[in-house]
Amino acid sequence: MLNTQDILETINMIREENLDIRTITMGISLLDCVSEDANRLCDKIYDKITRRADKLVSVGQGIEKEYGVPIVNKRVSVTPISLIGGELSPEGYLKIAHTLQRAAQTLGINFIGGFSALVHKGYTVGARNLISVIPQALAETETVCSSVNVATTKAGINMDAVAQMGHVIKQCAELTADKDSIGAAKLVVFANVPQDNPFMAGAFHGVGEPDSVINVGVSGPGVVASAIKRAGDCDLSELADVIKKTAFKITRVGQLVAKEAASRLDTPFGIVDLSLAPTPAIGDSVAHILEGMGLESCGAHGTTAALAMLNDAVKKGGVMASSHVGGLSGAFIPVSEDAGMIAAVEKGALSIEKLEAMTAVCSVGLDMIAIPGDTPDAVISGIIADEISIGVANTKTTAVRLIPAIGKGVGDSVEFGGLLGYAPIIRLNPYSPEKFIGRGGRIPAPIHSLKN
Amino acid sequence: MKAVITVTGKDTVGIIADVSAVCANRGANIREITQNVLGEYFAMIMIAELDGLKIPFADFVDELAALGRSRGLDIHTMHEDIFNTMHHI
Repeated sequence: MLNTQDILETINMIREENLDIRTITMGISLLDCVSEDANRLCDKIYDKITRRADKLVSVGQGIEKEYGVPIVNKRVSVTPISLIGGELSPEGYLKIAHTLQRAAQTLGINFIGGFSALVHKGYTVGARNLISVIPQALAETETVCSSVNVATTKAGINMDAVAQMGHVIKQCAELTADKDSIGAAKLVVFANVPQDNPFMAGAFHGVGEPDSVINVGVSGPGVVASAIKRAGDCDLSELADVIKKTAFKITRVGQLVAKEAASRLDTPFGIVDLSLAPTPAIGDSVAHILEGMGLESCGAHGTTAALAMLNDAVKKGGVMASSHVGGLSGAFIPVSEDAGMIAAVEKGALSIEKLEAMTAVCSVGLDMIAIPGDTPDAVISGIIADEISIGVANTKTTAVRLIPAIGKGVGDSVEFGGLLGYAPIIRLNPYSPEKFIGRGGRIPAPIHSLKN
Repeated sequence: MKAVITVTGKDTVGIIADVSAVCANRGANIREITQNVLGEYFAMIMIAELDGLKIPFADFVDELAALGRSRGLDIHTMHEDIFNTMHHI
């Protein structure tokens, strides 16, 4: 039986507090497309993606209208392309990137993820060739997203790959310098990458997944922020309960949409990703939640503790609301996509060192952070190495998405528009890790006893 | 299935009549109405049974939204399951 108060609460969440489904992402396996001929491979990839996902956008729009909840993005993720392309030449891999772009355009989706490689223990020929064309692929396409997994807790860290990715990120930025270095915003470097993540730019369809699958990412920082505000001056035990209850309600909507989309698309339901994903819109900020908890500004001492509690409460509430939880699941702290984070960086309250500490207790990592355009490659690799170490040592996913803003420095900002927002350029430590990064090799997997 | 129709905006003569007329014409059976007027502000929640709906649900949503626009009201029609799922375990 519906009661008026419940109805008004739901409607208020959607209309006033920006509750939305951030993405319905269809994962599609391309393992059956493998061919040694690049043209034939591309044809098979295009056909499979456009056949499997042909109704994705219309079904998403139908659910949006029927349930009255916005579904912001409809997207596709595919098997890591380095596993599909085999020993294709770099040009062959570039051709696949253009094929993915063409498929995305046909479907009317805004991003397609999976131009990816897994190199945590070493490179295959395919991985090497794919990574070599990432900058060009991201500059020449709009919708294609790329990710590279450089470490796992069980394999350790491939420092050759970490060194290379510093260079690749810089190249991505340089090739798109006329568009505020947007190329780098479509590339994520991971540790312990999840196989079923629906969020871009790091989404791909893992090898243990079914032929196709529906994964859904929920959002709702604004709903949590409002609930905290309504809770008033309660203690932190009570506040954790408020967050849990709110996360439960948000996730139930995700579960409903995921089941409905899976059924209408005749595709298995995979997971709901319980993430608090901010947008630059007013009232849709994770930083503002932390400030609502009692911090003068995000970045103040106490921020890591507040974020740890928030993240844990979101998971506890969300887990009960969904039959299968996966992906990244936690609070995202991208700088450019969060009005509160942007403000905190601009007033000097939030540094990259504090952001790094925050990533130890939440998903995902150093995300959408603009750095000076003249940052040496080795420094970018040093930032990656630090962030990836946090993931490896703590058996969690961490990731790095940095944007070297070519031609700009601290005090300037970059503007991406839309959900990607804008970012003030953050100050970095001026000392060099070059010799350390230049050593290459692998950092061995960490021991998981003798914990201290 | 049932739908929840919410209507908000400036109070004028005949809002309930107009919304009810669309429901009747399209075969939606009204089961419950909760309605309030605060000053000049009109707010109504209507629950309608749609088993006899003669047009696709999406078109029904659009028709009511269009009625709302023509009368300066905000009319939203949503499947009841979003409320049931969120508030009932």
